[in-house]
Amino acid sequence: MDFNLSEEQQLLKDSVDRFVLDDYDFEKRRKTSNSDDGFSRDNWKTFAELGWLAVGLPEEYGGFGGPVETMIVMEAIGRGLVTEPYLPTVILGAGLVAEAGTDAQKESILGAVAEGSCMLAFGYAEPTSRFNLADVSTTAEKKGDGYVLNGHKSVVYGAAAADKIIVSARTSGGVRDNDGISLFIVDNNTKGLTRRDYPTADGLRASEVEMENVEVGADALLGTEGAALPVIEKVVDQGIAALCAEAVGCMEMLKDETNEYLKTRKQFGVPIGKFQVLQHRMVDCFIELEQSRSMTYMVTLKLDEDTESRRKAASSAKAQIGKGGVFIGAQSVQMHGGMGMTDELKISHYYKRLMQIDTMFGNRDWHLKQFAALTQ
Amino acid sequence: MDLAFSPDEQAFRSEVRAFLEAELPDDLRHKVRQRQELAREDYLCWQRILHARGWIAGSWPKEHGGCDWTPAQRHIFDEECHAADAPPLLPFGLQMVGPVIYTFGRPDQKEFFLPRLLSGEHWWCQGYSEPGSGSDLASLQTAAVRDGDDYIINGQKIWTSLAHHADWIFCLVRTQKEGKQQEGISFLLIDMKTPGITVRPLILMDQGHHVNEVFFENVRVPVANRIGEENKGWTYAKFLLGNERAGIAEVAWNKKLLQRLKEMAADTPASGDRLLDDAVFSRKVAETEVKLTALEYCNLRILAAMQEGSPPGGEASMLKLLGSEVTQAITELTVEALGYYAAPYELADRTPGSNWSPVGPDAAEGVMGQHLFMRAITIAGGSSEVQKNIIAKMVLGL
Repeated sequence: MDFNLSEEQQLLKDSVDRFVLDDYDFEKRRKTSNSDDGFSRDNWKTFAELGWLAVGLPEEYGGFGGPVETMIVMEAIGRGLVTEPYLPTVILGAGLVAEAGTDAQKESILGAVAEGSCMLAFGYAEPTSRFNLADVSTTAEKKGDGYVLNGHKSVVYGAAAADKIIVSARTSGGVRDNDGISLFIVDNNTKGLTRRDYPTADGLRASEVEMENVEVGADALLGTEGAALPVIEKVVDQGIAALCAEAVGCMEMLKDETNEYLKTRKQFGVPIGKFQVLQHRMVDCFIELEQSRSMTYMVTLKLDEDTESRRKAASSAKAQIGKGGVFIGAQSVQMHGGMGMTDELKISHYYKRLMQIDTMFGNRDWHLKQFAALTQ
Repeated sequence: MDLAFSPDEQAFRSEVRAFLEAELPDDLRHKVRQRQELAREDYLCWQRILHARGWIAGSWPKEHGGCDWTPAQRHIFDEECHAADAPPLLPFGLQMVGPVIYTFGRPDQKEFFLPRLLSGEHWWCQGYSEPGSGSDLASLQTAAVRDGDDYIINGQKIWTSLAHHADWIFCLVRTQKEGKQQEGISFLLIDMKTPGITVRPLILMDQGHHVNEVFFENVRVPVANRIGEENKGWTYAKFLLGNERAGIAEVAWNKKLLQRLKEMAADTPASGDRLLDDAVFSRKVAETEVKLTALEYCNLRILAAMQEGSPPGGEASMLKLLGSEVTQAITELTVEALGYYAAPYELADRTPGSNWSPVGPDAAEGVMGQHLFMRAITIAGGSSEVQKNIIAKMVLGL
């Protein structure tokens, strides 16, 4: 057993931590988040140059590292509340291609992702699916050699910036059947694909993606027709692990900031951190963070285990992170008092991100239900 | 003991309902239902309609222009107004400074301020908190120095709700630096148009402009605008806070929010089921409804006791605690009900002719914003931690 980073991992950590500290202060982040794209293409270029866009990709396509390296990057993304669409592009999009793509698809997409010239997004949710990945109403019908796609994908993070959007669509079976789901890589400018782009409460960008008779070729199919659900579940579990690491970064930042505030803010002639009720609350935050970090290590190190073990790890970690993140977020606002409510302080921005993290890929109730079913 | 409403009270309910049906404008109803931000004129429009009917101040004595309603009548009125999606009545004038003026003010102050407060001619805001004085309100530093018939005010207030709409501000100021902090505070009524006052917006996490900083630089206020005695302001301030907390349970509004939540959960598809049929979600809604019911009857008991002459004490703190917790529980569940559709956050373009509509279901409008803003209710008006200190000290003698 070893929870230490290797020398190379430590170097990666130093590099991402330094970037967040030196080049991603909160006022810069605010400006970037409020810009039209919601992120900075210059930063994306920097990510590519420093090799972060290749983390977790197969070595033959220029990638390096695995789940632990991804965790290191995502934790820094959490600390800096980074808005660049790393999760949609590198973890989800490239993850799906790496998992299920043909050599030709990997060849054309993964290298481009690593060098920063291709951004991706993944549309898995629909207006009626809630958190069920197998609930797919979007259809893909065979036409000639290719397919015709029809349907509506909701709240697709990073879709506006993406060159290609990967969507789940049903090639056979009923709306909630596990079998019959396929994945397609759709160019963002394909005729029949329309988007409504919008900012999200946590300062990112997402879109409603509607497809009306979108025609794609046979080479748009990603993986085996009708057998995409296990692939989606695996990559979403990787996404959950990454999101857990991001949440830990957010929580740690809030813990540090709030702890400092308790030491400096004075009321009734003493720092408010002298009041036992706030001391205990702060301890509760610390304990939630430690549990969340432990669960993040656990899920990160179990991503390559068998399906059942991986799914148990992902659902239990996501349940803890959802609960712990919202608790620390809400308590950090509360302990900062009115200042915690302001747009000016970063506290509320981290709280908003942690709320979205709880919801993303299914909230804590959803994952508790999955975990219960897997452990009965 | 009897929980049933009397025939008179039931008749009153019908009367209120018919009035709302006839008089509440549809556009206001729609704005409230869709959780849209209300403009100054929206609040005033509704205030004028209620004023014309003589129903603007249910709890005030008749001699000051109120209705002298019983707790049951007030409860009924609130329930019917919220059920009909009427705009809220802002507390700063009607619940806060009004009762201070008619309880502690001079006859000429009552005569000047009360009718204008009731009609909406004077919009009031509350100058209590300061940057260094939040939970520790009595440490406030805004100074009032006597100069002939005036005070000269220098200092800063913060978190001043809707000060950008206000005509008048009631302020706690320091008139004496020596001795016990609480014994050097006075209660002043200040015209917002007085030279030297600057209002600066503070944007909150929902990106809304609800609160402000108010700066005073050599602001000249007539001594005649002081309520009661100099250095006795803390007494009036505490009286006001007690009233503020008693009104803050917001039972009827919470009931309405809960009803909206249940409607939304019934309309929300959750992969083949309705969200309301999800055992875990419906259990959380039920838990919240039970908590709200307990709050409702705590509130009625305390209102009844007030009616019989017991001033609201530590019990009002309990109502504030429970009410704010219930509201936060409901808005959290409402966000949760939306699932992924809680994320879209466009600041709506409501310029005439814009065809903006919310992303996702219609009911998604304003839900996240309301939830974010409602994080403030366990902080404002005395934080939950302060309320618990009050109960521990005043009620439990600890």
